[in-house]
Amino acid sequence: MLLIDCPYCGKRPEIEFSYGGEAHIARPADPSALSDEEWATFLYVRTNPKGIHAERWRHSNGCGRFFNAVRDTVSDFFVTTYKSGEPRPDAKVGA
Amino acid sequence: MQTYSALSLLRRAFGGHSSWQPHWRTPEPKPEYDAVIVGAGGHGLGTAYYLAKEHGMRNIAVIERGWLGGGNTGRNTTIIRSNYLFDESAGLYEHSVKLWESLSRELNYNVMYSPRGVMMLAHTIHDIQVFKRHVHANRANGVDNEWLTAEQAKEFCPPLNISPTLRYPVLGAALQRRGGTARHDAVAWGFARGADAMGVDIIQNCEVTGIRRAPNGAVTGVDTSRGFIGAKKVGVVAAGHTSVVMAMAGLRLPLESFPLQALVSEPVKPAFPCVVMSNTVHAYISQSDKGELVIGAGTDAYVSYSQRGGLHIPAHTLDAICELFPMFRRMRMLRNWGGIVDTTPDRSPIIAKTPVPGLYVNCGWGTGGFKATPGSAHVFAHTIARDEPHPINAPFTIERFRDGVMIDEAAAAAVAH
Ligand SMILES: Cc1cc2nc3c(=O)[nH]c(=O)nc-3n(C[C@H](O)[C@H](O)[C@H](O)COP(=O)(O)OP(=O)(O)OC[C@H]3O[C@@H](n4cnc5c(N)ncnc54)[C@H](O)[C@@H]3O)c2cc1C
Ligand SMILES: [Zn+2]
Repeated sequence: MLLIDCPYCGKRPEIEFSYGGEAHIARPADPSALSDEEWATFLYVRTNPKGIHAERWRHSNGCGRFFNAVRDTVSDFFVTTYKSGEPRPDAKVGA
Repeated sequence: MQTYSALSLLRRAFGGHSSWQPHWRTPEPKPEYDAVIVGAGGHGLGTAYYLAKEHGMRNIAVIERGWLGGGNTGRNTTIIRSNYLFDESAGLYEHSVKLWESLSRELNYNVMYSPRGVMMLAHTIHDIQVFKRHVHANRANGVDNEWLTAEQAKEFCPPLNISPTLRYPVLGAALQRRGGTARHDAVAWGFARGADAMGVDIIQNCEVTGIRRAPNGAVTGVDTSRGFIGAKKVGVVAAGHTSVVMAMAGLRLPLESFPLQALVSEPVKPAFPCVVMSNTVHAYISQSDKGELVIGAGTDAYVSYSQRGGLHIPAHTLDAICELFPMFRRMRMLRNWGGIVDTTPDRSPIIAKTPVPGLYVNCGWGTGGFKATPGSAHVFAHTIARDEPHPINAPFTIERFRDGVMIDEAAAAAVAH
């Protein structure tokens, strides 16, 4: 089981958390202005990288808050976690 | 190709079985092929087989970064069934089950297809309603599926605990008698052997690292760890790595890759007559011909390529197995592992042309594509050879997400299938 560092509570076991998918996908400000292609991309298309991934987690069985994490999807190693609203930190594999 | 028969086995037995030849060659890649398939899993090897057999394309290669059959094909729990809800899915999976029924003869290779019956347990009122809806929809589509009471389910599978005091009691079940299992490795090996015999080059330990395109956008070949290989057509069948390979052509797909885990027990005498699935409590179980219980668990929550996953996922499945089948409580588990499954938002596959001319993709099989191996390969070969989909896979496009014509087996099953 992974240990995840909640920015509010500290390290806790993975089962306390829910995964929230890729981070930094902003809902378009004016959805009706989008083409069908753009709307489908917003809803369904994901980067799904082999390597560094910025993703959302929620400490659902703890403080209940959402936050973001940068994780290496090859090793599952968490590079860092940060609060929602903060910019994505620059991260390299193994950093 | 050396063929198998009772007579050939007997004859070679007298020679101490020393005269058997390897099933396939280990060729050097040619500079150019008419078509290259990326990924030597069951679907990719099957695609090459049907391209050669039914479409006369012999100058083709299958390129594999590891060893053939070492991906999800060699890691799955081999459940085969076709009782999906929607017409499109029923058409695709039933096409596959029909091919399974004659595949050993077709390939002259025993894929050990065993239609021992797949029973899906209902534990809630919602399950009952969903499964009965499936039974009716399937029958309207000519796919066998029947509703069993809890007592009938126990009669079909005596180890099943139907006590009403279970945390999630068994309230009934849907049974597809033609469903069952097959030997995972044999499917890859049988297709590889058949394709090789028709001249297909299977190139292992060769990773595709780039997709090259002409100025007009069309595919011209692939860069690999063993150099450039030219190809007029490229079919990507890379399962969990599909996003990575398609990114080489600048394409992003509605896919996410998750670890899916399985485990096997120590081998015991035949004790379990069929396949039992419980989507609600995440437990999938059958007994292999070697005697091991083959147990499938759920997916981990997060995107990963680690082929591992967390131990709490299989532990949760074993809780369910022990409650449903109390006689297995003292069994020891021998091995566990993970495979990386590529899932789409509607949990149906994509078997289609792409916006890049000459580039085709077969992916998104998620947790349940082994059952579809021959059918998927068959219609994908058609799509590549004719540059247009077979009627069976025509609905399984990438554009269905844009156009809102999803084949929503995810909503129909609510979980892994
Ligand atoms: C634990 C587990 C249990 C499952 N249980 C079932 C089940 O009971 N029933 C069922 O129907 N399905 C099941 N599945 C799903 C099923 O295994 C898959 O859908 C199916 O096997 C996919 O076959 P494939 O040939 O597309 O993929 P794979 O067998 O994974 O083949 C893809 C190949 O592509 C290769 N590749 C990737 N990238 C590259 C590259 N860049 N260059 C060259 N080669 C590359 C890989 O090495 C791999 O060999 C299960 C999966 C798992 C992991
Ligand atoms: Zn917290």
